[in-house]
Amino acid sequence: MVAERHATGKPGTAAGGGAMSGPTERNVEIGGLPCRVWEKGEGEPLGFLAGIGGLPKWPPLLERLSADRRVIAPSLPGYPGALGHDQLDTQLDWVLATRDLLCAAGLEGADLIGVSVGGALAAEVAAIWPTMVRRLVLVAPLGLYDPDQPMTDFFAIAPKTLPQLVCADPANYDALVERPEGADEVEWKIQQIRAASAAARLLWPLGDTRLAKRLHRIGNPTLLLWGTEDRIVSPRLAEKFSAAISGATEIQAIPGAGHLADLDAPDAVGDAVLTFLGRA
Amino acid sequence: MKFLWFHLMPYTDLPDDFREKHPSVWVDIDSRLFDPQRAHHMYNEFIDELEFAAECGFDAVCVNEHHSNGYGLMPSPNLIASTLARSTGDAAICVLGNSLALYNPPTRVAEEMAMIDCISGGRLIAGFPVGTPMDTCYAYGQNPSTLREKYYEAHDLIIKAWTTPETFAFNGRYIQQRYVNIWPRPVQKPHPPIWIPGGGSVETWRWCAKMDYVYCYLSYFGYKLGKATMQGFWEEMERLGKEPNPYHAGFLQFVGVADTREEALKLYREPAEYFYDRCLNVDPRFASPPGYTSEATIRAKVQSQISAASIRDGIKSMQRDWQAILDNGYVIIGGPDEVAEQLRQVATDLNVGHLLLLLQFGNMDKELAQYNTRLFSEKVMPSLASLFDDRWEDRWWPNAMPPESRAQPRAEAR
Repeated sequence: MVAERHATGKPGTAAGGGAMSGPTERNVEIGGLPCRVWEKGEGEPLGFLAGIGGLPKWPPLLERLSADRRVIAPSLPGYPGALGHDQLDTQLDWVLATRDLLCAAGLEGADLIGVSVGGALAAEVAAIWPTMVRRLVLVAPLGLYDPDQPMTDFFAIAPKTLPQLVCADPANYDALVERPEGADEVEWKIQQIRAASAAARLLWPLGDTRLAKRLHRIGNPTLLLWGTEDRIVSPRLAEKFSAAISGATEIQAIPGAGHLADLDAPDAVGDAVLTFLGRA
Repeated sequence: MKFLWFHLMPYTDLPDDFREKHPSVWVDIDSRLFDPQRAHHMYNEFIDELEFAAECGFDAVCVNEHHSNGYGLMPSPNLIASTLARSTGDAAICVLGNSLALYNPPTRVAEEMAMIDCISGGRLIAGFPVGTPMDTCYAYGQNPSTLREKYYEAHDLIIKAWTTPETFAFNGRYIQQRYVNIWPRPVQKPHPPIWIPGGGSVETWRWCAKMDYVYCYLSYFGYKLGKATMQGFWEEMERLGKEPNPYHAGFLQFVGVADTREEALKLYREPAEYFYDRCLNVDPRFASPPGYTSEATIRAKVQSQISAASIRDGIKSMQRDWQAILDNGYVIIGGPDEVAEQLRQVATDLNVGHLLLLLQFGNMDKELAQYNTRLFSEKVMPSLASLFDDRWEDRWWPNAMPPESRAQPRAEAR
């Protein structure tokens, strides 16, 4: 069963800051269901797949990147602005949906950033379709399971504790999910629940998507960014990703940032991304 | 009116400081608290209590399924049901039930329930719960986002397995089986009556109405909190044009009866406090895995302002002290006439023809459980037994083989 779509954000209203103008918004169809695509800026396209919770609002990192690049942020099925996670039953379904989404958003062959959940899927696409991604940036990607440092079970947490788990400063997450004036109270809440449900559908129960079997196929230059205060996955996992990926990799710690380093430290992450993409 | 004697099989030796020292009775409860040699005695006493209830004339004995749970020692209720199928005579065997999405293939449930139906001579009530988040998503690792779809698919497979004479192939979204042909088949035709224990979800109400299954609301929080949920169920039934047959519903209630109210207050305080304090100490982080509750149910609950009658909300607002347990009607306590009068009101108010009774609860010992059971059967049941029967027929009760055609188990088994 598929819920009917309720508008979540409109161009101009999606931006977090007052003076900023928001991205343009369009929908693409994946498996017959709409997925929102946000876009802003000029120049070479740069894709962005968001982490836990998705993007209920246009975040500061993308605003910053859009000054240099044409930033395109498609919402994964079930994430804010997108439906259809309940049609995806297997890892193959998820990976194909991600590839179709990137193609429909105009990101074939573009540089790609994947954060957390989005990182697990960005890595899959780069591994399976070498020409789909140019250079890859993974920010605290999920998808691996290390028995010595397992992912924190963020699907089993006391109510209202998610912000302090995913961000070093919970206010950064609170700001992202705070209901904007005019948004429907019930539907705004359901949007968050649906995003959590989509992540659970992909990652339950251990966060192991068997990505480890395919990491060696990634031949792209890859930047691995990890917040030093990540309370979901240990930053030490960066070494495992780096060792398994066959392309040239670079690891950079984001001091003081949590799991969603893009929310905690948009400037540091933005600098690291632009430096990497400008150089490679 | 039907009376079902329900056992949760709680571990009775949780320490006094359990709530202070242990975050949860469920999922990650400390296994070092479990003494198997004590459990040997608990299981045997619990089975004695169920058999005693059947001898006392209860219409059914009732078991259910929990996993990694300090107040429910029946990961496999079918094991207990099979021993009861041998050791009881006329009582129905109510398995409430098997969480269908946990079995792969679910034909295992079809087989085991058919076995119980054969052994008991057609006395089985087949309960199909989705299962709590704690049991299914956490203890059994099921994905909350696919749990319900798997459950419905497993249900379809089981019904087809019970009712299709030919070997068939089943190509579901989650289950693929080339040869489905269960052996044995149930005694009851087309299949045992199906009861659905559920929370307050609109989908479950509609599904029970559509499939003509009994809806059971198993709350630990008594008739006062349960009323909103049962009202919601009956309003939905009315909208769907179904008649308000009270036997279409079941409701769980804790009861402690003694010769006088004063004595009852004295006898049942400790086991009740044990249950609400220690047994319901569930870590809230296990209450709502994302995707477990459907978007439609979330919308319905918010929009209609129905009190969300889920375990989670119950636990959040739960009272633990004795006076509150009494005032809120979690446990109905009193002398026989008082209890009978209250239960008459509960059954009438909630329009429920199947009363599931917890007469053993918490750390209550066998002696007190049997006292409660005997007194209930002798002094409470008779005055209520004919309630509803002038108007309504129970179409959801097992259709057993006639007693004279049934096997006679050796005396030692009884």
